[in-house]
Amino acid sequence: MTFQPIKFYQTGSFAVGNRLLSESLRTVQSDIARSDSLTLGHRACQGCGEALGARYALDAAMHATGNKVIATNATGCLEVFTTPYPETSWQIPWLHSVFGNTAAVATGMAAALRAKGREDIRVVAQAGDGGTEDIGFGCLSGMFERNDDVLFISYDNQAYMNTGVQRSGATPPAARTATTEAVGAAPGNAFGQGKDLPRIAMAHEIPYVATATVSELHDLEAKVEKAMSMRGARYLHILVPCPLGWGSEPSATIRIARMAKETGLFPVFEAENGEVTGVSKIRRKLPVESYLSEQGRYSHLFKPTENREILDKIQAIADKNIRRYGLWDGEPDSRRPENGDNQDRSMEQ
Amino acid sequence: MLEQIEGSRAVAKSVALCRPEVICAYPISPQTHIVEALGVMVKSGALSPCEFINVESEFAAMSVAIGASATGGRAYTATASQGLLFMIEAVYNAAGLGLPMVMTLANRAIGAPINIWNDHSDAMAVRDSGWIQLFAETNQDAVDLHIQAFRLAEEISLPVMVCMDGFILTHAVEEVDTPTQEQVDAFLPPFEPRQLLDIEEPVSIGAMVGPEAFGEVRYLAHAKQLQAKERIPAIAQEFESIFGHSAGGLTSEYHLDNAETVVVAMGSVLGTLKDAIDELSAQGMSIGVLGITTFRPFPLERVYEKLSGAKRVVTIEKAFAVGMGGILATDVATALNRVQNDQYSVIAGLGGRPITKASLTELLKRAAASNLEPLSFLDLDHDVVNREIARMRESKRSGPAAENMLKDVQLKTFAQ
Repeated sequence: MTFQPIKFYQTGSFAVGNRLLSESLRTVQSDIARSDSLTLGHRACQGCGEALGARYALDAAMHATGNKVIATNATGCLEVFTTPYPETSWQIPWLHSVFGNTAAVATGMAAALRAKGREDIRVVAQAGDGGTEDIGFGCLSGMFERNDDVLFISYDNQAYMNTGVQRSGATPPAARTATTEAVGAAPGNAFGQGKDLPRIAMAHEIPYVATATVSELHDLEAKVEKAMSMRGARYLHILVPCPLGWGSEPSATIRIARMAKETGLFPVFEAENGEVTGVSKIRRKLPVESYLSEQGRYSHLFKPTENREILDKIQAIADKNIRRYGLWDGEPDSRRPENGDNQDRSMEQ
Repeated sequence: MLEQIEGSRAVAKSVALCRPEVICAYPISPQTHIVEALGVMVKSGALSPCEFINVESEFAAMSVAIGASATGGRAYTATASQGLLFMIEAVYNAAGLGLPMVMTLANRAIGAPINIWNDHSDAMAVRDSGWIQLFAETNQDAVDLHIQAFRLAEEISLPVMVCMDGFILTHAVEEVDTPTQEQVDAFLPPFEPRQLLDIEEPVSIGAMVGPEAFGEVRYLAHAKQLQAKERIPAIAQEFESIFGHSAGGLTSEYHLDNAETVVVAMGSVLGTLKDAIDELSAQGMSIGVLGITTFRPFPLERVYEKLSGAKRVVTIEKAFAVGMGGILATDVATALNRVQNDQYSVIAGLGGRPITKASLTELLKRAAASNLEPLSFLDLDHDVVNREIARMRESKRSGPAAENMLKDVQLKTFAQ
């Protein structure tokens, strides 16, 4: 009989395995009675962060509302890979209209429910970063300022992946996309451009704004449940790595999402009525290179020679985030697991 | 109840009687008074339950209506001109999804050059979108057509656009008979959606359809329009039995029997035309009018039936396909492609240019004398156009055309 050592920190992170938690603290996803809102058989790529994020988010929303959710979806990967009709992965009522109007469609759904006295049924709108920040932004801002009773979830993979990896307003500096190729004097996406949607959402003073990644799924679920406990416009921005567009290993999706947070490049926080109310601290601070070097979209920063100047500029962005949100206390974490340094990748998920 | 009332206010009352549950409002002239009046009714509680949403664009207005309709809410919005173009992606989407709703289109020209006055360019821009398009001749028509529109939309699960001429109708105060709530309730049953975002029976709506079925889904849209062509006269008949006066239907006719010359038109110009025809008939001309009430679906058979005996057909319309000619005229020609008669296409009233009885009378006399071009523009000042064409020939940088021509028109006015 082979001997298998029991690891307290199973994922190489600071996450505690579900089995060690009391039942009430376990994830919705671990519950056999979960709703499977987005069920199997869809056509997402291997390692798709968006599919994972959507599954957790919708099941948590269903759990929080007693299975009373209707959803709408912008055009994009999530829409396409879930509904290759006559097949559909959606086990909840789901409507796709066009690319740029998702927030407004959701407003209409919520309005009809209110007129019918069915406010027990809740509305979730979903879009990628393009459908959120670019083409969908006008409708989103309108929905925010009217404080319509909608949870809008943006699955941010930082480019237009469905059309073949073109730059969006969420594409980070230096990243290679099909429209910001790694050529010329300033390869990849330009510095000094792009939007910070969570902060724009906060500027609307809506009841709830939160960010999350698919590496801390328990945190993601908790934020969805919290959002569903509130009324009015709520915004959840989930970082979802895209192996195809980022040039990363499908098996590395969760680890890369975690590194986005641990470098400070993607601040994970929540805000109520325009004020930050909580941040997820960096547990083990990483330099940006550790995050960037695993992604083909940044390979021009490392090959043929390391581009220190650009790496420093990206590090400066991470440092600014860390300062702005107080992401790092600067103290070494005493609870750091001995064998936790990304050793056991096979057990992630 | 008979009352002197502005067209927009009358339409707002009519829409309110239809018990809409979600109204989306975005201001654009000349439809604004309609949603303003509805906003008062909702805010005061006179219209309840109903949600009045002040959206941030027409694109959002149509999108809110889409979400509301899919959730089983009776949805209404109104727009015009640029607003219709701004929402056009969602306009096609609503029709493609087969979601019933009613939208008032207060017909207005499309820029550039920017122009707030009436013509039919906006309605024509979405004629192939799959919406049913009804045209009101009078404000009474507008009131009645909205009630029929909700009934029709929900019966066949398609969106319906009620077109009424901007300013000419929307801002005109005239006598209108507003129906009672009892009458409307007897005519319009509660909305029973064909497809619904229902937590008890979850469905996916708006999935991608590939080559294997896209043609069939599109054909179904056509089949539903053909079905509408059957239902529109029946609904008009039922309307008359409840409301005591006729309205709607596919077409309207005036002095049509055995008329040698028949004028085809739609919208408020029909009123002026009837006056012109009274005058010409008194002078011995054999002339009548065919009004198109239902433009989409286009009543091909009815138009054929009504026009095949005429010697000549003059189609007068407030829009045209640039580089081609008349749009309604092309549809009329399609209806008449087996008939040998003279067909004239006349473009008139663009951007609010008044279509006067005097101009119409002169035009129709020329048509009767076979002295009219196949395509002509009523009251067009060719001088002004020719001068700009000359300028464009003379210089590569002749400047903004509309502004040049406005100057010429002003100089001409001063000279007179």
